Amino acid sequence: MAAFTLKINGREHQIDVDPGTPLLWAIRDNVGLTGTKYGCGVAQCGACTVYVDGQTVRSCSLPVSAVGKSEVTTIEGLTSKEAVAVQKAWAAHDVPQCGYCQSGQVMSAAALLGLNPKPTDQDIDLAMNGNICRCATYVRIRAAIHSAAKSLEG
Amino acid sequence: MRVVGTGTLALLAGSLAAVAIAAYPGLRRADAAPEAVRMAAGLKPVTDFARIKNKDERAVALFEEAGKVLQSPRCMNCHPAGDRPTQTDKMLPHQPLVVRGEAGMGAPGGLACTTCHHEANFDAARVPGNPKWQLAPIEMAWQGRSLGQICAQIKDSKLNGGKTMAQLVHHMAEDELVGWGWNPGAGRTPAPGTQKQFGELIKAWADAGAACPKG
Repeated sequence: MAAFTLKINGREHQIDVDPGTPLLWAIRDNVGLTGTKYGCGVAQCGACTVYVDGQTVRSCSLPVSAVGKSEVTTIEGLTSKEAVAVQKAWAAHDVPQCGYCQSGQVMSAAALLGLNPKPTDQDIDLAMNGNICRCATYVRIRAAIHSAAKSLEG
Repeated sequence: MRVVGTGTLALLAGSLAAVAIAAYPGLRRADAAPEAVRMAAGLKPVTDFARIKNKDERAVALFEEAGKVLQSPRCMNCHPAGDRPTQTDKMLPHQPLVVRGEAGMGAPGGLACTTCHHEANFDAARVPGNPKWQLAPIEMAWQGRSLGQICAQIKDSKLNGGKTMAQLVHHMAEDELVGWGWNPGAGRTPAPGTQKQFGELIKAWADAGAACPKG
């Protein structure tokens, strides 16, 4: 076990864990932020997506020891204008079905719009294909991202 | 280290993981190395080639030996002829779909290599990593090419990133991303031999005139 200070959503958290603990479990079990989900544990489903220094990262594939002083953002701390637009579009399109993968979907969608304000269908597919949805809500996800992009134009 | 959820979360997570694994058959054995591949994992030392008196023939033989490394899945997977890398010893399409992008690190706004791959291998998630993790540029595509074509490509400074032969030797012998091929983690089959042996073969090939295999 070792002591680490994680900066998550602007707040510092002291935790004592095995250095090889995936960031995902530190976020969920040690810090208590359960919006980030465990799906596969092998960086294949995207449910555990967070931002590390603003970049999307699968938190199951990053050990706590590699986080250092980086700033971690989880779904609970997502406040960008892109994120707000995505959340509104998600509600308008009634995107979630079971909802389990949705925090990861929203994280990836907001990151996409931050880098590419007018994504094409292909851009969306390339950005979002690493976020699996067992309910297959992909058509609504794509439509909601287009709506969010449009709402950000003005 | 905790790697499993509890209660309802575990049930949901298990279902999601099952979907992921069903969708991607490559995950079932991941990079499990066939025993035959492991058995053939050595490289002949440079001294074994000294008996070949003809310089060009010696160079070709040395490059063919080094080619066991160049054509191993650990190297070839990130030297695709298309935009998508491959993975595992079977060189299956990379899951999830990622593409080269302008810098070899993913499409702008799309899925980046660094979304999953970090500074080091993380065996708990079976995800390989290296500080330089990225795709080789398209002009360095090796998949689908013969060893002779790869050899010509490697020597051509227009196709090898502008490297001189000395820089090429140094790259093969010292580069840390090249070196990852011998430390791939998570039970993956390493490239044959060692990076030191590989570097010595490439240097001896260059010293012998760097002739390429035909074809």
